[in-house]
Amino acid sequence: MAASNGSAFEQPASFAFDAESEAEIAKIVARYPEGRQASAVIPALYIAQRQMKRQTGSAWVPVKAMDAVGARLGMAPIRVYEVCTFYFMFNTKPVGTYHLQVCTTTPCWLRGSDQVTEACRKATGIKGWGETSEDGVFTMTEVECLGACVNAPILQVDDDFYEDMDAEKVTALLAALRKGERPTPGSMAGRQTSAPDGGPTTLTSLQFAPEA
Amino acid sequence: MLQDKDRIFTNLYGQHDPFLKGARSRGDWDNTAAILARGRDAIIQEMKDSGLRGRGGAGFPTGLKWSFMPKQSDRPCYLVVNADESEPGTCKDRDILRHDPHKLVEGCLVAGFAMGATAAYIYIRGEFYNESLALQHAIDEAYEAGLIGKNACGSGYAYDVFLHRGAGAYICGEETALIESLEGKKGMPRMKPPFPAGVGLYGCPSTVNNVESIAVAPTILRRGASWFTSLGRQNNTGQKLFCISGHVNKPCNVEEELGIPLKELIEKYAGGVRGGWDNLLAIIPGGASVPLLPKSICDEVLMDFDSLRAVRSGLGTAAVIVMDKSTDVIKAIARLSKFYMHESCGQCTPCREGTGWMWRVMTRMVEGRATPDEIDTLEQVTRQVEGHTICALGDAAAWPIQGLIRHFRPVMEERIASYRKRSMPMAAE
Repeated sequence: MAASNGSAFEQPASFAFDAESEAEIAKIVARYPEGRQASAVIPALYIAQRQMKRQTGSAWVPVKAMDAVGARLGMAPIRVYEVCTFYFMFNTKPVGTYHLQVCTTTPCWLRGSDQVTEACRKATGIKGWGETSEDGVFTMTEVECLGACVNAPILQVDDDFYEDMDAEKVTALLAALRKGERPTPGSMAGRQTSAPDGGPTTLTSLQFAPEA
Repeated sequence: MLQDKDRIFTNLYGQHDPFLKGARSRGDWDNTAAILARGRDAIIQEMKDSGLRGRGGAGFPTGLKWSFMPKQSDRPCYLVVNADESEPGTCKDRDILRHDPHKLVEGCLVAGFAMGATAAYIYIRGEFYNESLALQHAIDEAYEAGLIGKNACGSGYAYDVFLHRGAGAYICGEETALIESLEGKKGMPRMKPPFPAGVGLYGCPSTVNNVESIAVAPTILRRGASWFTSLGRQNNTGQKLFCISGHVNKPCNVEEELGIPLKELIEKYAGGVRGGWDNLLAIIPGGASVPLLPKSICDEVLMDFDSLRAVRSGLGTAAVIVMDKSTDVIKAIARLSKFYMHESCGQCTPCREGTGWMWRVMTRMVEGRATPDEIDTLEQVTRQVEGHTICALGDAAAWPIQGLIRHFRPVMEERIASYRKRSMPMAAE
């Protein structure tokens, strides 16, 4: 197998859940009825992907990890493979330190996702979707609607949504990430979450009992 | 116009503490035991009387849906909450999950109790990672305070609430695909019947409800069905979260009464259309799956299930996507075709093959590299996908294109003509 940008990658020869992962899996399996532990397959694949991030710096799920999930949950390997490849958020090949996921679906496109894409390409040198920059720092993926459309356009970095983006903000964000900084996610235009620009125009007359 | 005192989601924008102390100060978990003490039938009757229609898109009466659950069952029953919010344009449930999570957890208890469920599984889309942390925290708080668990709110009723994250598949918003996914399989929809109320999660009676439908239930039960029906319009009662995105001056989420005029919604809350109302080209009124409306209809139409149906569109999730006159409307719809191609689960041939075919033709339509009669062929193909698949994704892929052809056919023809003009060789050279 080879990465789409031509660089080959190796499947590790083995994978075993570490103590941290094992503890998480035990907690998750307990959520489902007896005999229904296959329900935990998606959470377990997430746990494997996070463990790879901790151990190798790249969040992905090698085949050996899928096998480990199957063994842990009593599932045939093929059942895990088909789940892992059906769901878009599992990376079946290595990704960069930061996974840039650009939403280009219509609501983001109307608000300038083309400029976000362009700025990402310029700052990383990545040409096509799914590729990783030569320095291994960034991978760029085109994603479908992220469900934050009133704050479009959105650039998702790993698990965080950076909202109300434009070319300038993308450039600044990627420069900060390169320096190892992690700007606070949310609206980059300084808005109060999904309230209109300039502040809420509803819910302004309500008084609640003290929260303390 | 909805007044603040009648708003349900009082922490919509997250200005206040989303967690237990803050939620209690806003009235959540206020004597929930008394609601449960009314009994299952009374709760379901109150929900029926309120006229609440499901907030996830289809608009099916919520109380009626709850009543389909068996009164007696030898198997466990489940409430499954659909938090897989992925319909393009829609971002309302996200605000409930991160800013008002206790409304959802409390709703899970009263709804689950009313349908005789032992547990709720909340299926949240994988991309909502930070939202899942907020919701899990709220669930943990509720357990710790004894609001859910072995003796929920001191009622003697044992009830669990579990959170389950998806992993990036729009199709899992379809209720039976969601159940498949929750069971650890690929998210491929099941044939109905049997319906989930008979054979659902783990083969047990289950009801799948949208986040907003469940989160409004405790407030409706506290304030009464007559309060809810005093808002909105007949058969379209109550208030609803609207998401206004695209070419408006101030995109935002807002809670308003059903039946508010579309124009008023945009001008009052979203700062108006960019460049003024006359710069409006078209609006998709209810998320990507419903047909778009040209300005002439937007001028007058009301935002509720029946009014939008009357103009051959739909309220859907009430996600309003605004396009001004600078928009290449063919490209806007072509991008949605790409979305459906990407998200088709591949189970049914008309959808698996049709979504790709429609996207490829739409891509040519964007350029104009087509013949005028291909518009008719495209329309016919959408009719062959629509209604010929297990779930509604095929319909959802077809409707935006049908809307485009219905309202913007001259634009498509003009695009084709101008492409021909450019590419035809000069005669007699």
